[in-house]
Amino acid sequence: MGVTLKDEIVAWKTDNGIMSLKGKRILIAKPGLDGHDVGAKIIALALRDAGADVIYTGLRKSPDYIARVAVDEDVDAVGLSMLSGSHKEIVAETVDCLAALDAGDIKIFVGGTIPADDHAGLIAAGVCGIYTAEMTVDDVLSAIDKELAA
Amino acid sequence: MSKATKGHTEQEALAERAPPDKPNPFTPSGIEVPVVVTPDMVDFADVGQPGQYPFTRGIFENGFRGRLWTIRQYSGFGTAEESNERYRFLLDQGQTGLSVALDLPTQCGYDPVDPMARAEVGKVGVSLSNLAEVELLFDGIDVGSISTSFTINGTASISYAMYCAVADKQGVPREKLTGTIQNDILKEYVARGTWIFPVKPSMRLIADTILFSNEQTPRFNAISIAGAHVRDAGCTAVEEMGYTLANGLAYTDELIRRGGDVEKFARRLSFFFYVHMDFFEEICKFRAGRRLWAKLMKERYGVEDPKAQMFRFGVVCGGSSLIGSQPHNNIVRVGTETMAAVLGGAQSIFTCAFDEAFQIPTEHSAEIALRTQQIIAHESGIARTVDPLGGSYYVEWLTDQMEAGMMGVIEEIEQYGGVEKAVEDGWLQMKIAQRASERKRAADTGDTVIVGQNYYRRDDQSEGVGEVFKLDPQATAKVVEKYERVRDTRDSAAAEASLAALEKAAADDGENLMPYLIDCCHAYATVGEMVATLKGQWGEFEEPVRL
Repeated sequence: MGVTLKDEIVAWKTDNGIMSLKGKRILIAKPGLDGHDVGAKIIALALRDAGADVIYTGLRKSPDYIARVAVDEDVDAVGLSMLSGSHKEIVAETVDCLAALDAGDIKIFVGGTIPADDHAGLIAAGVCGIYTAEMTVDDVLSAIDKELAA
Repeated sequence: MSKATKGHTEQEALAERAPPDKPNPFTPSGIEVPVVVTPDMVDFADVGQPGQYPFTRGIFENGFRGRLWTIRQYSGFGTAEESNERYRFLLDQGQTGLSVALDLPTQCGYDPVDPMARAEVGKVGVSLSNLAEVELLFDGIDVGSISTSFTINGTASISYAMYCAVADKQGVPREKLTGTIQNDILKEYVARGTWIFPVKPSMRLIADTILFSNEQTPRFNAISIAGAHVRDAGCTAVEEMGYTLANGLAYTDELIRRGGDVEKFARRLSFFFYVHMDFFEEICKFRAGRRLWAKLMKERYGVEDPKAQMFRFGVVCGGSSLIGSQPHNNIVRVGTETMAAVLGGAQSIFTCAFDEAFQIPTEHSAEIALRTQQIIAHESGIARTVDPLGGSYYVEWLTDQMEAGMMGVIEEIEQYGGVEKAVEDGWLQMKIAQRASERKRAADTGDTVIVGQNYYRRDDQSEGVGEVFKLDPQATAKVVEKYERVRDTRDSAAAEASLAALEKAAADDGENLMPYLIDCCHAYATVGEMVATLKGQWGEFEEPVRL
């Protein structure tokens, strides 16, 4: 397979320090019972195309399971995709589970249906970014990239 | 590819570009549309008459003149008592059809006290973990005089069993029950995710509900084969219909395997779709799908009875075609989509509220959604004659093109080895994820114009939306308390005996499980207990995680 334009762009961004996702390890997880996985898969595929090592959990994973996978896989960040309105509880539990495993340095970002009113609360709870369907995929990647570089 | 400039997001940079000044010649399904369609490009032989095979122009000879479509709005939240209050209000307002939204624990087979369930109790619908909750939900409502639609799949057989049991308790003969359970598990594996058991026993459970319903509740639709969710997940209109018809064929094969008479059960199969924004593609999707289903029933299965060849369907207008920026624009989108549904000949329509993209609809937004349908029904005049677009060169040409595309999708799945295998392997899931990425990419780059999102943005994108519906924070505690009371006060020996009988029946492929499930409901066994019993026999679906 030849080098596509997309590969070239990723390589250029990486070389020029615009995108440093190459080699970063990211876990994309679907906590709770919500089965809407399109957004999670779009972001997982895009992160992989941008050079990250992506692990996708599949559906219905508990915060405890997600935290254990995150530690076992030695990831830099965990992305939680939630569309059923249970994001507050799930984020709090995931933060606790990571802390219990001494892995509080793993960053957490979230996506899905997250009302604007809840954003501040999630940030306060320890989330580094909230990415909704309105954003372009490249904007999401840039934001994650910036968080992981920080 | 546009690149984010300093201080700008890619989104903002794109929005400053001039929008295209010509329409895109390709439909979202990728069909290239000629500038003008001329009579020589159309074969009118398949158009036929309304109410006659192959039903291109509709299943009724008089269209909506006999009866308008059913306006069916989706609601249900928090506790059974709150939903009951809302339903009584809606019934007082003249609504005859109820639509029950269930919470995720009920849909996935967990009781409200299960650690997997606690965060989700009452969140996206009502919690119905046992018969006592269903009795509360229908308290003071005669289930023999209303039609109830349950949006449930993995545990649809249990919800249906509960509905039969509540009818028994109210003294309503089961044959008077009308309504629908979605009960379409194949698309759950692919898109919506409330699967529980492996594919084969799930197919058996669905066949059992349909065959039981044909005998005991002949006016009830025990399945609504849904394309809506794969569409919302990323498929094109052609793929949505192609996958759905392929699923319909898979259920038909399973029903025949379990001894069903296709002339009989096919009369009760119904379908469910999304309507998105490409107006003529949506209209032609329904005309083409209706015709193709009739042909498949007749040519593959030798179905003779026109009623068993008929493709009956309901729709949702909105879904992922609605966006969060400049949300009032969504009212126009839903209006356009509703017209497409009517012109395509839908039997029932649900219109999403304009704020549904980002919150639970408020009473205000829900009312506008309802009024949209009433304006189209009573003011626009488009329901006046049957299939008013029939015979249009473009509409008939596009109907033909889409039918060919749908047949191509069905053949591709059959070449893979059938729907069941495609789902078990994760092949369909992977295709849909790829489609979703393509659709997102087209929106991101501006190839697809989305007004207010990738073009025509302004500074305050969400102006005018203030009211936010809030769930009762005590709802979960109330549900758990009621659940524990039922567990404490029921005749536990009877509950255990009913579950033991269910377990034995599940091990025997020759048994129909419905009577056993109804017995469990009467004994106040819970959804979690019934599902755990069946899991013990059948195991769980192992999600093929492929990217």
